Amino acid sequence: MAAAATCGTGFGSSGSVAAVAGRSGITSFQRRGKAGGTDGGPRLLSIAGTRPSLRNGQLLVSTGLPALDQLLGGGLAVGTVLLIEEDKFNIYSPLLFKYFLAEGVVNGHTLLIASAKENPANILQELPAPLLDYNCKKELGEDVHNPRTPESDDNMKIAWRYQLLPKMEQVGPVSSSRFGHYYDTSKKIPQKLLDISKCHEFFLPEKVSSTLAVESCPLSHGYTKLLQFVQNIIYTEGFDGSNPQKKQKNILRIGIQNLGSPLWGDDICCTEDCDSSHRLTRFLYILRGLLRTSLSACIITMPTHLIQNKAITTRVRNLSDIVVGLESFIGSERETNPLFKDFHGLIHIRQIPRLNNLTCDESDVKDLAFKLKRKLFTIERLHLPPDLSDTVSRSSKQDLAESAKLLGPGCGMMAGGEKHLDF
Amino acid sequence: MFPELNNLLNTTPDRTEQGTLTLLCDAKTDGSFLVHHFLSFYLKANCKVCFVALIQSFSHYNIVGQKLGVSLSTARERGQLVFLEGLKSSIDIFFQTQEEPHPLQFFREANGGNLQSLYEFVRDALKPRDSEETMWRYPVLLVDNLSVLLSLGVGAVTVLDFIQYCRAAVCCELKGNIVALVHDSGDAEDEENDILLNGLSHQSHLILRAEGLATGFCKDVHGQLRILWRRPLQPTAQRDRSLTYQYKIQDKNVFFFAKGMSPAVL
Repeated sequence: MAAAATCGTGFGSSGSVAAVAGRSGITSFQRRGKAGGTDGGPRLLSIAGTRPSLRNGQLLVSTGLPALDQLLGGGLAVGTVLLIEEDKFNIYSPLLFKYFLAEGVVNGHTLLIASAKENPANILQELPAPLLDYNCKKELGEDVHNPRTPESDDNMKIAWRYQLLPKMEQVGPVSSSRFGHYYDTSKKIPQKLLDISKCHEFFLPEKVSSTLAVESCPLSHGYTKLLQFVQNIIYTEGFDGSNPQKKQKNILRIGIQNLGSPLWGDDICCTEDCDSSHRLTRFLYILRGLLRTSLSACIITMPTHLIQNKAITTRVRNLSDIVVGLESFIGSERETNPLFKDFHGLIHIRQIPRLNNLTCDESDVKDLAFKLKRKLFTIERLHLPPDLSDTVSRSSKQDLAESAKLLGPGCGMMAGGEKHLDF
Repeated sequence: MFPELNNLLNTTPDRTEQGTLTLLCDAKTDGSFLVHHFLSFYLKANCKVCFVALIQSFSHYNIVGQKLGVSLSTARERGQLVFLEGLKSSIDIFFQTQEEPHPLQFFREANGGNLQSLYEFVRDALKPRDSEETMWRYPVLLVDNLSVLLSLGVGAVTVLDFIQYCRAAVCCELKGNIVALVHDSGDAEDEENDILLNGLSHQSHLILRAEGLATGFCKDVHGQLRILWRRPLQPTAQRDRSLTYQYKIQDKNVFFFAKGMSPAVL
């Protein structure tokens, strides 16, 4: 029980994240203390790709989407779970999943990809390429843009000493101090970045041989194996500070795809009255426990629109820290509706945690919509285009009333007023 | 603790009722600020507190407690606070298969199990020891939160039994208080949760219900708090008094005001 003992001493001591070593366990919520450590000198722990929150100094990592980072109050806190409620045809949620993992590759974090449907090696190959040019605004505006390479045959006339130095190439983890990068979904991530990244893969059909065994354990086979895998990685690689050999100062990014789907051996998406309705919530609880005691962050995509029993959805949301729901317009009548032509779907920030705090950084804007351009995934306030037709079209009033119902509900609270007020 | 909430509830750390069950309930919003309030309140009132924290880690409550003026780590060292951290214990139970009894033993069982070991843990924690007979005023049990037990597979009736046993031990025998938080799922049709909530509402002396505003999100008013006094201990006092206030949560304090009287509006 040495692991538990060393983890135990870490709690309660409000040292900075810097005061790690093997002695005290790392809790990801320790506030960054004052610069003076116990040995006198300032110990600045800076893990690549993280920054302290402005509100309480908590360690944050980027979700891979700078727009989403802003809405979540700076980023995803280390030790928490980001739950993405998938859109109906699972088109945009894999993108957010990949952005999160690609951000980990670019920052040099360790990855753990778990999936029951797709081989994690394939997911890794298909990650989008980062836009490393700092003038990315220029890139986004133009269709075809070749980054201007410095002319190699020009002799430097003034700073000729620098000509002797090797040209800079972005090979390794981008050592930029930037937090959050933009990604180009039309290009794949360069193989050089993948080669130096570390990734642990969990592909369910490989790990679980038989799926027909009667399960008397409190969790299903797949969930148990995944939890053991995660715990093993955390312990052996020292993300929880309990392993005296390993002094890990890196973040573990865990990505679990399509959790709760029947491929994981769970039947909450199939029937309403399922006997094993607690398996998923127990899994989430233990995962939460693992994350809170280690330097890791997790993204989970879940097809909540398929869960028959709404009570389970509520419980799952209560056990997750950040819940983001995607609702794409594909297949609905809004796809062809000219009012929504600027957007591809709605994004709902359903829950933001209050960690180490009474308050949280909630965004004031509750009606958010997203649009996927070739190189950019934007999230902005839902706005209706102005009615520029010559005659005031009465037919669009019905649509306006429908969309007026969208505007208003915040954080799942009831929206007031259903009638379209016509002055 | 929030001074304004103390005024509304007409209590101070020196003068509280004993033997009560307080139910905290939140619907469509986060009611955890009430848990922080009662935790710091009872620690300041020099009571022995047993805190069953199932949903957040110790450092979370510690950091918020420091903002409210109590140090949980000091209280734990002194023996005033007994802290059961659910998240950490669940990992120990799940990954290390030792057979010795643990308060959260129900985790090992496939179908719920009972909360007897948890009850015994609470009873042992709050039992007055001879050495500290005169140090603490009365024991308090604080649970955050009971809805998580339902998510972990425990049945609603089992949780109600657990609270019944705790009331018998803590409230009646030791003349202490119990405070528990339950989520209200609203229209999500969570039958187990509704059973638990209704059952506890009938047993409790004081119900604090934090709700979201009916009109939606507002930056200056974060929600509405309904206070319901039931089952007063003195039979002559007025029964079933209810008050409603709106609140705004700030970094170290929560401000309460009458409905519609937010300073932002006036």
